[in-house]
Amino acid sequence: MPLLEVNDLQTSFHTRNGIVRAVNGVSFSLERGETLGIVGESGSGKSVTCHSLMGLVPQPPGRIESGTAMFDGKTDLLACSARELNVIRGRRVAMIFQDPMTSLNPFMRILDQLIEPLLTHKLARRDEAVKRAIEMLELVGVPDAAHRIRSYPHEFSGGMRQRVMIAMALVTKPDLLIADEPTTALDVTVQAQILELIKRSQQQLGMAVIFISHDLGVVSGFCDRVQVMYAGRIVESARTEHLFRSPRHPYNRALQKSIPALQPKGAALYTISGMPPDMSRPVQGCAFAPRCEFAVEACRVREVPLKEVEPGHRSACLRVQEKQLQWEGAHV
Amino acid sequence: MLRFIAKRLLETIPVLLIVATLTFFMMKLAPGGPFDTDKATTPEIKAQLEAQYGLNQPVHEQYFNYLGQLVRGDLGPSFKYAGWSVGELLWSAFPVSLELGCYALAIALTVGTLAGIVASLRKNTVTDYVPMMFATLGICLPTFVTGPLLIMVFGIMLGWFNPSGWDFASDRVLPAITLGLYYTAYVARLSRAGMLEVFNQDYIRTARAKGVSKWRIIWRHSLRGGLLSVVTFIGPAIAGLVTGSLVVETIFHIPGLGRFFVMAGFNRDYTMVMGTVLFYATLIILMNLLVDIVQVWLNPKLRFE
Amino acid sequence: MAAPAQPVAITGAEELEAGHSLWQDAWLRLRKNKLAVGGGVFILVLALASFLSPLIAPHSYDTQNLALGATSPSGQHWLGTDDLGRDLLSRILYGGRISLSVGLAATLVAVVIGVLYGTISGYFGGRVDVLMMRIVDILFSLPFIIFVILLMVIYGRNIYLLFLAIGAVEWLDMSRIVRGQVLSLKKQEFIEAAQALGLRRRRIILRHMIPNVLGIVIIYGTLIVPRVMLTEAFLSFLGFGVQPPMSSWGTLISEGARSMEEFPWLLIFPGLAFSSTLFSLNFVGDGLRDALDVRASKD
Ligand SMILES: Nc1ncnc2c1ncn2[C@@H]1O[C@H](COP(=O)(O)OP(=O)(O)O)[C@@H](O)[C@H]1O
Ligand SMILES: [Mg+2]
Repeated sequence: MPLLEVNDLQTSFHTRNGIVRAVNGVSFSLERGETLGIVGESGSGKSVTCHSLMGLVPQPPGRIESGTAMFDGKTDLLACSARELNVIRGRRVAMIFQDPMTSLNPFMRILDQLIEPLLTHKLARRDEAVKRAIEMLELVGVPDAAHRIRSYPHEFSGGMRQRVMIAMALVTKPDLLIADEPTTALDVTVQAQILELIKRSQQQLGMAVIFISHDLGVVSGFCDRVQVMYAGRIVESARTEHLFRSPRHPYNRALQKSIPALQPKGAALYTISGMPPDMSRPVQGCAFAPRCEFAVEACRVREVPLKEVEPGHRSACLRVQEKQLQWEGAHV
Repeated sequence: MLRFIAKRLLETIPVLLIVATLTFFMMKLAPGGPFDTDKATTPEIKAQLEAQYGLNQPVHEQYFNYLGQLVRGDLGPSFKYAGWSVGELLWSAFPVSLELGCYALAIALTVGTLAGIVASLRKNTVTDYVPMMFATLGICLPTFVTGPLLIMVFGIMLGWFNPSGWDFASDRVLPAITLGLYYTAYVARLSRAGMLEVFNQDYIRTARAKGVSKWRIIWRHSLRGGLLSVVTFIGPAIAGLVTGSLVVETIFHIPGLGRFFVMAGFNRDYTMVMGTVLFYATLIILMNLLVDIVQVWLNPKLRFE
Repeated sequence: MAAPAQPVAITGAEELEAGHSLWQDAWLRLRKNKLAVGGGVFILVLALASFLSPLIAPHSYDTQNLALGATSPSGQHWLGTDDLGRDLLSRILYGGRISLSVGLAATLVAVVIGVLYGTISGYFGGRVDVLMMRIVDILFSLPFIIFVILLMVIYGRNIYLLFLAIGAVEWLDMSRIVRGQVLSLKKQEFIEAAQALGLRRRRIILRHMIPNVLGIVIIYGTLIVPRVMLTEAFLSFLGFGVQPPMSSWGTLISEGARSMEEFPWLLIFPGLAFSSTLFSLNFVGDGLRDALDVRASKD
C-alpha cells in the first residue's frame, strides 16, 4: 500500500481576471521511504499541488475542484476535517518552503517555533521538547544550538534559517517531507549543504520525500523518481535514470537541452521558444503543443492523458504514445 | 533596552525646555498684561499685583525664575482663582479627565481591536462590511457633532442617561463613547488591515503546515504582528484624546481639566492656561515615550537594534 | 530554464516621459471610483452654492425677525429659522463660505510652509536634513491644537491669525512628503546630468519634475483640507475660532448644541452639512491617493 496516493487533483483560483486552473488533474503515488522529484517551470503548479495536499491553499480565491489524496490508505487529505488534517500536518507530513527569510515568525523565538510541533501534537512535555529541539538543531548543523535556540529569526542568516526550518520539519520524525524548492532562495554554496542535509536526514529517518525544484540538475542527483509538470499537468514520469537517459516527452527533452552542464562542450545554448501558457485560458489539446517543434494537428485536438509508454515510464505525448517519436539521451 | 529608555528620556528634556520657553515668551509678547481687562483695578493696585506676581522684574530674570519654579513643579498662582495655585487646580481637575480618557481609550482598544479582528476573520462578509461601514462613519464624524447627537437621542428623547453632568456612574457612558468613537473606528480599521496583512505572511502558512490549530494561529502567531500598528497609534491617540476632552467636557459639563482649560482661556487666566499647556505637553511626551518603549519591547527586530 | 521574460528595466528618461500617461491613467482610475466622484460633485455644488450665496440664498443671513423666532422647517424657510428668526439655510450657506475659505486659506499656509521646509531639508541633505527632520519628529509628538488655543487666547481671536495658526499645525506631513520627493528627484537629476545636457535637461525639469512634485503636493493638499476644516470647527465650537458676527459651521453647530432641546434642527442641519463635507473631502482625497498610488514615506 503506497504512503500517499493522489488521484485526479484539480485546484483552481477564482480571481477577478477569471479562473486560473493551476492544477489540472494530477495523479501520482508515493511509496514509503521513496524520493519523488517534481520539476517544471515556475508557474507550472508545483507549489499549488503540494499546498493542496497540505490544506494550505488560500480559500478563497483557491478551490480544490476534485480529487482524492489517500494518506496511508486511511485518510483523504482533500476531504477530511480540519481536525483530522491537523493531526497529520506537522506530525506525519511536514513541509519546508522556498523562502526561509519569511517562513519563520519574526515575533517568536526559534525555540518556541521549534518545539511547537511537538507540543501541538502532544509528543512531548515542554522540557523534553526543548531537549529534542536542541538535539535536532545540532543535527542540522546549527553551531552552539543550546544557546542560539533562544534567539529570534532575524539574528540568523538565510541558510541558517533554512536549517531551522528543516529541524522544525523533522523534529516530529514525519513519514513524509515535502520540500518546496528549499534551495532556490539560497547561495550556491549553501544550496549544496542544504541538499546534503536533506539527503542525510532522509536516510537516517527513512522517510519519504517529495522534492520540488525548477532545476532538473538539482533533482537528478537526489530522487528515485521524477515527474515533469507543465501547465498544471504531469507530462512525464519515470525513474530518474530513465527520465534523463531516454526522455519520452518533448518538454522534458527541451528542458534537458537547455541545461549547459548536460550538453557536450561547445554546443549552442538552447532555450525553449515561446511563453508558458496563460493558465486562466483553457487550452485545446496538449498544452505544450504551441511551443513544441514536433506538434502535429492531432496534438491540438484532444487532451492527451498520461500513459505508460514503457515499463514504469509514463508520458503525455501523443506522438510518443503512437511510437512516432523516440530519443536516446538528452542531447540528441 | 535600558540604554534606549535612558536615551529617549534624555531626549525629552530639551523638548520640554523648548515647550516651556515657547509658552513663556508667547505670553510675554502678548499685547496687554493679565490685569488689563479688569476695569476696577487702579494703577496702584495693578503695580502691587504685578510686584506680587514678580511681573516688574526684567524679562530674563522672570524667565529663569519661572524655569526654576517649573523644575520644582511649581506652576505659580492662578491669576483668576485667588488663593489657588495652578498646580492645585490641575491636580483637582486632572483625575476626572484621566478617568474619562481611560474609559475612551479602553473602549477604543477593546471594541476597536475586537471589531477589527472579527472583520479580518470574516473578510468580505456582512460581519466585515457592517463594522467597517460604521468605522468609516466614526472617522468622519467629529466629537462636537456626535456628542450633541448622542445627548439628543439617548439623553433627551429616550431619557436613558442624564444629558450632562458627572455625578453618577451612568454619567460616564455618553461622554466616554463620544470621546472614544473616533479612536474605536480608527483602531478597528488598523487592526483589520494589520491582521489581514499578517494572515498573508509566509510564516502563518508555516504554522498551518505544522498542524497548529486555527485559534492558536490567531492568538499566538498573528496578534503581535497584526496589532503592532495599533500600539503605534496609541501615542497620537493620547494627544487626540486630550484635545477631544476639551470638547467633550464642555458639551457634557464635566468638571475636568479640559473644561478648566477652556474656561481659563475665556477668562484670560494666563498662568492657568500656560500651566495646563505645559502639563498637557509633558503628559503627551511622556506617554509617547512609554508607547515607544512598549513598541520596541513587542518587536524583537527593533529590540535587537 | 526558460523563465518568462521580465520586462526590461525602464531607463530614467523613459520613466519621465511616461509622466503624462501616468496622469491619464490616474484620471481614468479616479473616474471609476464612484465614492470619489460623488464626493467631488458634492463638494463642487456646495462650494458653488456657498460662494454664490449672496445671489442665491433665499433670505439674508443676518436679518433678524424676533417676532418670528425659531421655527421648524417649512415652505418659507426650508431648514427653519433660529431663535432670532434668521433663515437657517442662508446661514448654513454663509457659514460654508467661511468654513471653506478657512479650509482653503489654512491649507495654503500649511502647503507653503511644508513645501518650503521639505524642499530645504531635502535639497541640503546631510546634517541639515537630519536635524530638520528630527525637529519634525519632535513636533509630531506635541499637542499642537493646545498651542493654537494658547495663541488665540493671548493674541485675540483674529481670523487671519486663525488661518496662520491652523496652517502651522498641519504642515508636518507635507514637509516629509516633499522632502522625500526632492531626495528622489536629486538622484534622478544626477543620472540625467550624466546623460543629457543643456536645453534637454531644462525641458525635463520644467515638463516632468515640477509637475511630478506638484501632483503629490496637490493630493496631500486635498487631504489637508478636511483636517484643517475640522480644526477650525473645533476651535469655533469652543469659542476660540471664528467670532460673531461672522459664523462658520463650527459656530452654527455650537449654537445648535446649546438649543438642541427645543430646536433640534438647528443642530442637525449644520452638523449634516459639515459631516457630509468632511466625508466627501475624505473620499476625494483617498480616491486621488489610490488613483496615483502614492504613499507617504517616512524617510
Ligand atoms: N493565490 C493565488 N491566486 C491566484 N493564482 C494563484 C495563486 N497561487 C498560485 N496561483 C497560480 O497558480 C499557478 C501555479 O502556481 P505555483 O504552483 O505557485 O507554481 P510553481 O510551479 O512555480 O510552484 C500560477 O499560474 C499562479 O499564478
Ligand atoms: Mg513554487
